[in-house]
Amino acid sequence: MTVDTVGRFERALEGLEVGLERVSAADASERIERIVEEPAVGASLPFEGVSLPASVTTEPTAGELEAARTGVTPVGFAVAEYGTVAVESTADGAEPISLYPDRHVAVVAESDVVPDLSAGFERLAEGFDAGRDSVVFATGRSATADMGDLVHGVHGPGDVDVIVLEDR
Amino acid sequence: MAQRSRAGTADRIRHLLETEGEAIHAQASHSNERRNVTYEATDDIEELRTEARAIKEDAIDRLPDLIETVREAVEANGGTVYVADDAADANAYVADVVENRTEENEVAGETDTPSVVKSKSMTTEEIDLNDALAAEGIDVTETDLGEWVLQVADDTPSHIVGPAMHISRAEIAELFNERFDPDEPFETAEELTRFARDHLGEIITDADVGITGANFVVADSGTITLVTNEGNARKCAVTPDTHVAVAGVEKLIPTLSDLEPFVDIIAKSATGQPISQYVTMLSPPTDSPTLSFDSPDEPITGDGADGAEGAGATDGTGDPDRDFHLVLLDNGRMDMREDDQLRETLYCIRCGACSNSCANFQSVGGHGFGGETYSGGIATGWEAGVHGQESAAEFNDLCTGCTNCVDACPVKIDIPWINTVVRDRVNRSSEPESYDFLVDGLTPDAESGGLDPGKRFFGNIGTVAKAASATAPVSNWLADAGPVRAALERTLGIDRRRDLPTFRRESLVDWFDDRGGEAASSRRADQAAARSGGTDLDREVVLYPDVYTNYVDVERGKAAVETLEALGVPVRVPDLPESGRAALSQGMIATADEQASRLYAAVAEDLDAGRDVVVVEPSDLAAMHREYERLLPEASFERLRENSYEICEYVYGLLENGADPSALSTGDGAEPIAYHSHCQQRTLALEAPTVAVLEQCGYAPTTSDAECCGMAGSFGYKREYYELSVDVGERLATQVEDAETIVASGTSCGDQLETLLEREVPHPIELLAPDGRRT
Repeated sequence: MTVDTVGRFERALEGLEVGLERVSAADASERIERIVEEPAVGASLPFEGVSLPASVTTEPTAGELEAARTGVTPVGFAVAEYGTVAVESTADGAEPISLYPDRHVAVVAESDVVPDLSAGFERLAEGFDAGRDSVVFATGRSATADMGDLVHGVHGPGDVDVIVLEDR
Repeated sequence: MAQRSRAGTADRIRHLLETEGEAIHAQASHSNERRNVTYEATDDIEELRTEARAIKEDAIDRLPDLIETVREAVEANGGTVYVADDAADANAYVADVVENRTEENEVAGETDTPSVVKSKSMTTEEIDLNDALAAEGIDVTETDLGEWVLQVADDTPSHIVGPAMHISRAEIAELFNERFDPDEPFETAEELTRFARDHLGEIITDADVGITGANFVVADSGTITLVTNEGNARKCAVTPDTHVAVAGVEKLIPTLSDLEPFVDIIAKSATGQPISQYVTMLSPPTDSPTLSFDSPDEPITGDGADGAEGAGATDGTGDPDRDFHLVLLDNGRMDMREDDQLRETLYCIRCGACSNSCANFQSVGGHGFGGETYSGGIATGWEAGVHGQESAAEFNDLCTGCTNCVDACPVKIDIPWINTVVRDRVNRSSEPESYDFLVDGLTPDAESGGLDPGKRFFGNIGTVAKAASATAPVSNWLADAGPVRAALERTLGIDRRRDLPTFRRESLVDWFDDRGGEAASSRRADQAAARSGGTDLDREVVLYPDVYTNYVDVERGKAAVETLEALGVPVRVPDLPESGRAALSQGMIATADEQASRLYAAVAEDLDAGRDVVVVEPSDLAAMHREYERLLPEASFERLRENSYEICEYVYGLLENGADPSALSTGDGAEPIAYHSHCQQRTLALEAPTVAVLEQCGYAPTTSDAECCGMAGSFGYKREYYELSVDVGERLATQVEDAETIVASGTSCGDQLETLLEREVPHPIELLAPDGRRT
């Protein structure tokens, strides 16, 4: 998408205290390695020329998932307007990997960053038609005010980072 | 009738004001402010609300078809749909699912007590699912932090969205320190949240079954949507291999594209967030692998060798180990769908905006303004529909009809009307009481016996006022006498601490006739026009003598007449029937219906002659502009609505069209004034014209943003609500008390402020009227 769309995405994420990093596909693995906190688990990245660093365990065991500090997953698309990433429920566990560890690192292709919720719903509908019909729109960090004050990182991650692949 | 006595209700409300009011007010008013800000920042908010409403209307209209559609979709995905007739039916089904699941696990070598984790769901509160499962020996743990606090405290939700809103952080800390006895006592929200996360995390990973509600269910794809901020609903849905979603049948919407406006608006209306943290759209059973934490060395993808091959599997049946049940609950909803008045309730998306925007709710919370399960303005519809009228009758009177919730509701439900209708039904189902004779003679209403005498008295206030005026000042002396006040309190429930209105011997209509009627008014208007040499406005006004302006606050009526004349507009003040507002506020719809017809008939000729109807009391104008749509033929309603105006709105129009403001009492350009509009006037978007007129006339008005004055017509007179009324009123009084001049548009707003601040609070028109009116 346009630079403006990614800029808008970045501003929305700033408001949610979520970091955004732009990186080329060639440099992605190294960058991910630098920002993950170990132990880390992940779901494999479907972007051409991009793979997870060796320090990120794919196909984790339940014990590894429970112990992980970071979960790295691809997301189907992102909605710039709200700073939302769309986590798809895949058989390799992207949903629990994005949910259980304290930190979620979401990797998205720049071409998959859409401007607004309507465009997001178009993408969602395309995915539904292709059988990808379980998706979480995740926006910012898990939060609650139920204990009398706003606290982040309740059941879901208290830290979120987004990596935008500039050339994908 | 199972209603509490007046004294019992007063005690209960006093208790809630003292124990829960502070915490509730802090959070509910904060959410309401955030909603206001977010609504204003959202350019297409009105389109969103209209679209959301239209989708719900359509969905409820074809609900039986949607139930069949979702059944097919869920079954095609590999899940099961069960339509439960009532609570017992739903609970038995869920218990069966849990027991079957546990038996399978036992075969696999586990013998634990069946264990269920739940995310927050008002629908499961409605059917008391936790108690029903506990009775079957099943452990149930709430995982939403607020719900879990309630479970630990053995308490009930006080708010649809923030169930533990009434409990402060300090109280939670005390509760947890006592119950869990930590090494270091809990103190901060951070510490409490960490503990809850770890404690609940372990329970979730061990659970046999996850139960969630559903905010929306997309029929044609079998997609349940969960809107949350914590992430617990995701964990409950994805961790155990069996997922049960319990949803009212009204949660069905036809297609995925229908979901978009709801995803866009629900967080805005609930908390003022642009979107919630997690909008989880699952078409279960999903492809996500089940998580077996008691086999920590097994890859979560099952067979480690080829587990990842299934990534993105799109065969439509999900992970083969997963089991999914969608329980659709009727429990009265299909009957509500057939009920022309209650049907709108089914459009509700349970966002709590009506609670947050409500002054009475902010003071007492859902334990006062709520029934067995639901709370806030919309609860009257839900409780009447799912638990029966008696549950609604317990709290329905706390809706004063102020209409603050009307602009807040994301699906534009006329919540005040639902409250009026249910009040009417409760009135009609009551047994006649012994005090009926007291008001029988005074009350030419269209109601059957059994109506609460106090309600009947206030509903017929026009007749009462006419009689009192005719006998003033004796009636006023009598009414103020101690024994009379005691009797009024005992029989009609009028609190003796409240000042009664002073009825004037000379009504506005009498005064107008005595000064020469319409002929004299024409003369005065012509002279004023000639003096100013301004534009010939060529308008004529029928000033509506509402009950209070005619018999009590006569001065503001005189000010209105003199202001209009000074701007060159001749006035008539005929003796017109009541508007029906008083009857509506007591739930006397038949009486209001007759009064609306009589009033329309009485002004029809004026409307045909091109005269404008101008109204001083905002609540009477609101009846004409809102409720008359339901009481008059459409053409009559439209005709009256298009030709009736609030007095300051009308003056604004005259000034905009060339009338000369120098004929009025003008300020020096910077004279500060505190202005409290009126709740219903705000809903009609008529606060701004008054502000504009005051500014044009040289004043510098500051408007209040307090939700309400708390008086709300008769509400503040009633013994059981006197203290609540004062509590709400104090919030307004605090906002305006420092101003040298305070004006208010509503009679009861002015009365409340005059009582609380012990000073004069006139109508803005009294300030603006030509020299000599105000002293």
